[in-house]
Amino acid sequence: MSSDSRFVPLVLKTDTEPHMNKNFISSACKFFSLVFVFAFINFTSSAQEISTEPAAIKAGESLFNANCKACHAVKRKLVGPALGGVQDRAPSIQWIKDFVHNSSAVIKSGDEYAVKLYNEYNKTQMTSFTSLKDEDIMNILAYVKAENEKVEEVAAAPTGGQQQATQDTGLSGKYLNIVLIGLVIILLLLLIILGLIVSALKRFLDQKELSEEDREVVHSPISVGSITRSSGFIFIVVFLVAALGFKAVINSLFSIGVQQGYAPKQPIAFSHKIHAGQYEIDCKYCHVGATKGKNATIPSVNICMNCHNQIKQGSLTGEGEISKIVAAYENNRPIEWVRIHNLPDLAYFNHAQHVNVGNVECQTCHGPIETMDVVRQHSLLTMGWCIDCHRKTDVNTRGNAYYDNLVEIHNKTGKAPMKVEEIGGLECSKCHY
Amino acid sequence: MEESKKVYWKGIEQLANNSEFVKNAQNEFAQPGPEEDLGHSRRDFLKMMGFGMSAVTLAACEAPVRKAIPFVNKPMDTEASIADYFASTYINGGEYCSILVKTREGRPIKIEGNALSKITNGGTNAQVEASVLSLYDNARLRGPKANKKRIDWEDLDKEIIGKLTEISAAGGQIRIVSNSILSPSTKTVIDRFKAKYPTTQLVQYDQVSAYGMLKANEESFGSAFIPSYDFSKANIVVGIGADFLGGWLSSSIEFSQQYAKTREVSEEKKEMSRHYQFESVLSITGANADYRTQIKPSQEGAAVITLYNLLASKAGRPTVSGGNDKINNLSKAADDLWSNRGKALVVAGSNDKAIQLLVNAINDILGSYGTTINTSLTVNYKQGDDQAMANFISDAEGGKLGAVIFYNCNPVYDYPAGDKLGAAIKKIGLTISTNYKEDETGSLVNYVAPDHHFLESWNDAEPKKNHFSLSQPAITPIFKSRAAQSSFLTWAGESNADYFEFVKDSWRTKFFATQSASPDFQSFWDKCLYDGVYDLPEAAAVAVTFGGDVNGAASAIASNYKAGKWEVVVYESGNIGNGSQANNPLLQELPDPITKVVWDHYVTVAPKDAKEIGFSESFTKVATIKANGKTVELPVMIQPGQAAGTIGIPLGYGRTKAGKVADGRGENAYPLVGLVNGSLSYAASAEFTIGEKSYQLAQTQTHNTYMGRKAVIQETTLASFKSNSKADAFEPAISTWSSPDHKVDPETLSLWKGHDYKNHHWGMAIDLNTCTGCGSCVVACNVENNVALVGREEVIARREMHWLRIDRYYSSDAQADDWRGVEEAAENPEVVFQPMLCQHCNNAPCETVCPVAATTHSSEGLNQMAYNRCIGTRYCANNCPYKVRRFNWFKYHDNRQFEEVNPAMNTDLGKMVLNPDVTVRSRGVMEKCTFCVQRIQLGKLNARKERRKLQDGEVVTACQAACATGAIVFGDMNNPESKIAKLLKVRPLYKDRPTVNDKEADNARAYQVLEEIGVRPNIWYLRKVRNKDAAKA
Repeated sequence: MSSDSRFVPLVLKTDTEPHMNKNFISSACKFFSLVFVFAFINFTSSAQEISTEPAAIKAGESLFNANCKACHAVKRKLVGPALGGVQDRAPSIQWIKDFVHNSSAVIKSGDEYAVKLYNEYNKTQMTSFTSLKDEDIMNILAYVKAENEKVEEVAAAPTGGQQQATQDTGLSGKYLNIVLIGLVIILLLLLIILGLIVSALKRFLDQKELSEEDREVVHSPISVGSITRSSGFIFIVVFLVAALGFKAVINSLFSIGVQQGYAPKQPIAFSHKIHAGQYEIDCKYCHVGATKGKNATIPSVNICMNCHNQIKQGSLTGEGEISKIVAAYENNRPIEWVRIHNLPDLAYFNHAQHVNVGNVECQTCHGPIETMDVVRQHSLLTMGWCIDCHRKTDVNTRGNAYYDNLVEIHNKTGKAPMKVEEIGGLECSKCHY
Repeated sequence: MEESKKVYWKGIEQLANNSEFVKNAQNEFAQPGPEEDLGHSRRDFLKMMGFGMSAVTLAACEAPVRKAIPFVNKPMDTEASIADYFASTYINGGEYCSILVKTREGRPIKIEGNALSKITNGGTNAQVEASVLSLYDNARLRGPKANKKRIDWEDLDKEIIGKLTEISAAGGQIRIVSNSILSPSTKTVIDRFKAKYPTTQLVQYDQVSAYGMLKANEESFGSAFIPSYDFSKANIVVGIGADFLGGWLSSSIEFSQQYAKTREVSEEKKEMSRHYQFESVLSITGANADYRTQIKPSQEGAAVITLYNLLASKAGRPTVSGGNDKINNLSKAADDLWSNRGKALVVAGSNDKAIQLLVNAINDILGSYGTTINTSLTVNYKQGDDQAMANFISDAEGGKLGAVIFYNCNPVYDYPAGDKLGAAIKKIGLTISTNYKEDETGSLVNYVAPDHHFLESWNDAEPKKNHFSLSQPAITPIFKSRAAQSSFLTWAGESNADYFEFVKDSWRTKFFATQSASPDFQSFWDKCLYDGVYDLPEAAAVAVTFGGDVNGAASAIASNYKAGKWEVVVYESGNIGNGSQANNPLLQELPDPITKVVWDHYVTVAPKDAKEIGFSESFTKVATIKANGKTVELPVMIQPGQAAGTIGIPLGYGRTKAGKVADGRGENAYPLVGLVNGSLSYAASAEFTIGEKSYQLAQTQTHNTYMGRKAVIQETTLASFKSNSKADAFEPAISTWSSPDHKVDPETLSLWKGHDYKNHHWGMAIDLNTCTGCGSCVVACNVENNVALVGREEVIARREMHWLRIDRYYSSDAQADDWRGVEEAAENPEVVFQPMLCQHCNNAPCETVCPVAATTHSSEGLNQMAYNRCIGTRYCANNCPYKVRRFNWFKYHDNRQFEEVNPAMNTDLGKMVLNPDVTVRSRGVMEKCTFCVQRIQLGKLNARKERRKLQDGEVVTACQAACATGAIVFGDMNNPESKIAKLLKVRPLYKDRPTVNDKEADNARAYQVLEEIGVRPNIWYLRKVRNKDAAKA
């Protein structure tokens, strides 16, 4: 999803220098607060202060993704509350730890904040994470805190990057326009010059003595009729019509079996715009097969139920659509989705090769899926389309020892990046066997 | 090639060079295509064109809606499109193989060997490879039946328990009849059943019995057992009618592996075993032997006595009377055996305890016990008791039995007295069959309680003492079948009839305490399931003392065998086996390793004995054979190597209730089996007359013949190889004007610039010495690559689709113009097997002639075939010097015409076996071996996903995986560490272009077929070496 220009600055910002300063300031703060804690409070835990060390944040990020992400986001409510600022809201850090370890015990103990939270979230119980150690939870909090602050910073100035991006894509188009306008001007100038030459020649001939016939020829009026009757004109028109007709037939033949734009009605009105766009759920959270095998796989119902166990109401369709998932789950009846991307049986395509090995973004082939309420086939999915990409795309060889031999041999021939085409990406048996 | 070279021929037709053979050999396609003789006119063309255009337009209007249906609850670790492998066990009667089952989306699609097994060591054979299709057999029972009517399991159990209780209370006899039971848990289950119904007895029999051997060992050593043989420790092997590379003792996988180890030779190891074979029918064991002698079955005993006497006199032991000193090679074998005492092995196939006892005595003289024979490691493949079975039949006929349960066996078909049993079944009060089909036995009984197919079952096995093996289901039961063991437990009134729990419990009590690696039972169980096998320490070899009565045995032999004018031998063929899987079309279309006959049943006859028929491919005559009071009529197959005066009949045909594939093919040969010296005898004297009726056998032997090219097979003798490792090597030279002696290596000449293989260069090496010709690679290739089966008629039209064929060549030292020599050769030829598949030529002749570039070359050395680009001109096949390209003359899938012979592509059930990674080809396109490109692609993808280099051994072709002897080695020749690079010792031909395709193999045995035509194949063959004396054998 990060190919979308909106997210570019977010990625750029993570490890830039100003951050270092902030780290310094916050460590200073940490020092002072530690002094404060030592001075006045009965010290119960060795690290009740949320770390801002990059290592802790990084560790927290992977823990968060592994354990919390299914139900919590930093800035938004999902199944559970948004976690941003939780360290300030919750009664104490120790309370957070207890709640994570065993939420039901905390609720049972009659803790006021816990009970309030429980009721607020439809009496949904949070899974107990007994495996998370105290320092793990502190790392997660560190990540949440850092993420919360960072997002706010970014939100202040997201526009620059976007403009940059649009400029980038518009650049070649603009050149083309300028070239076109230039061409038109040159052609007009040519026309004017030709007109001037013709009138100059006429004047020159008028000054000479000409026979009656020649004079007639020189002064013959150019009428619409004379042009349309001329054999040259007829030839051009016939040629153009035939050529266009031929092109249209060829184009239509090429489109046989091509279902670009195919957007069938699905048994459940699932919206990628909400899930992938609004909630930014990672594509691979649901399409688990994309990094592993041929099929990206349509998620099984139990994956839907990870969240929809709790979320029973949708923002667009209310309960209607979500209840279908619940029904499928409860009746153990699979959902019959309509397949949109249909490759012919004779073509072999492997998601893992592209997504995992090639690091190709989903959107490269599937288009702006995060904006689609109803998914449609974005790309042609023709062989020409595949080949075109294989000709243009650089092989993602970084950190992949498999390609070492090929890269070594390739580097002897020049500096241009190695394209898929060069390592056999256009060969028949790569996709047909 | 020099004049002194051998002449090779695929069949007598070729030797005789009759006009039909010549005509067929010269045409790539024997018959015109089905449409070529229809006389299409221009009008037809226009009509077709118009129809085609409108059809395309209509088809383009609306694409079909396709559904994508995910799981509701996705099982852990199962991903769509990613294969799962389950370790399991192939059990078919007494046949055993430890296997890995490859499943895709919950369907078993391929069986491979389990390398963790110490018994089968990752090997398979054709029957094991094919058994995956038996799972999807349409003839399987859909559920239990009572008197031919469907019934619920509850009602069935109620009725059976009621009747059993009644019979038991009245003291009626109950019998459970089965083939050898390998499973210890099943035996415990049967014991529980016996405890409930005390009049029950278990009767075990084997289709091909080894009762004589059990009895002989009882008389020799005091207990009835079958020992483990180790051919890998034997320098000299003598086989007397024992087809140990084929069906003998159901151990072909194990014995082939051991045997092949002793047949590997190289410049570093210039030693190999020597193998003498004395037999009547040419078996694959005889075909691989160094010295083969034809004997009549009645001479087997005499041969054993002679060998015993020769050795006994050397050892100073008393000799016995009898014997026959006219048998060729016997004294030579005795000399070799004697000088290799302790490293020698003699085996005999006879089921006569007298013969086996003398063989034991011979092995005792040779000191084989404790070296090549391990008596403490007993095997369980053959537990059948001929005496008990004969008693059972007479009890049944006498109406003495109250109830009989046939546990997964079919004695009405495959027991010699099956017809008597079939008639007697009506006299038995209660008859039950647990067979998964309503077969010859199952259709006669009262109740059929179908067991699962072995791929759906939990089970365990003890193939050898202290070696255990687990079966686990690789698919949910397709039909309403139930584990036979659960049925037994239910009928025994056990409260918990779940056989899975039963097996698990018995492993808990038996084995958990015997190990310490796993602390809790669950992890032990998981490990056993994962490995598929569990081994207890092998019992120490115990010294045995031979105490048999050799004189008694010799006199029994003398009185029991009389030479007949005609003697018939019934044997297990290399494809159909004992007939239990006869309804498997993969096996029906697998050419028999020797006769190369498919789909047909025949009687093999020596060329001398069938002179009136003549040598023709397209026609033979039907003969009548009468033995043991039973008459069969079968077409004659003239078989070089067959002993004169003997006829051979393969078992496994003549099924009547096996299913559409097998029913009505041939005759049942089991009734020809008689009783000699207290055990079943698979040879008998017979009457044999060749009738007038003519018949055409479907055989592939002369299909795809090379014309007049000689550098196809290369072989030498060990003696020559020792003195010069390039001895008898054919190294072609091309005449040119430029070089000094006007001769150059064709490798150095080329019009082409060569391909650059920057990363991988796939290649294959096939060792003609260790290839036994068994054919398991052919079946594996069929299953892996969705190769269509075409049926008998199409094979006769020379349109079989096998990508990999095994060419079987006969040869003799005689020249083609030495008529006397040729005739002699036809009687007892030497045999060479050569697996032939697409050679993936670097200068491929097929690629240059394709008008649409449908066959092209890859950057890894593969000759690629794009089916959807192919327009079917067949130029490529015409231009292929190896004749390995196959044309789809018909649409073999979804075509009712082929439903019977090719169920894997025509029925919903059968289609479940198809490999989803390989396209099912349509009519009108060419196809051929791809080097299992789907496996190459998968291996590379796995390496790339893990961001590492591809390791050698990660990509294994289906044929390589199936080859028990390791004769096929495949790999990346650019990787100097790969097995193939080391085996062939490949190096780039040009130092300045290390990545170019031209590579030289420095292995002295390596050669390429038809090297002189310069197509630069990527397959090397390793020259065959026979362990013969240098002088003419």
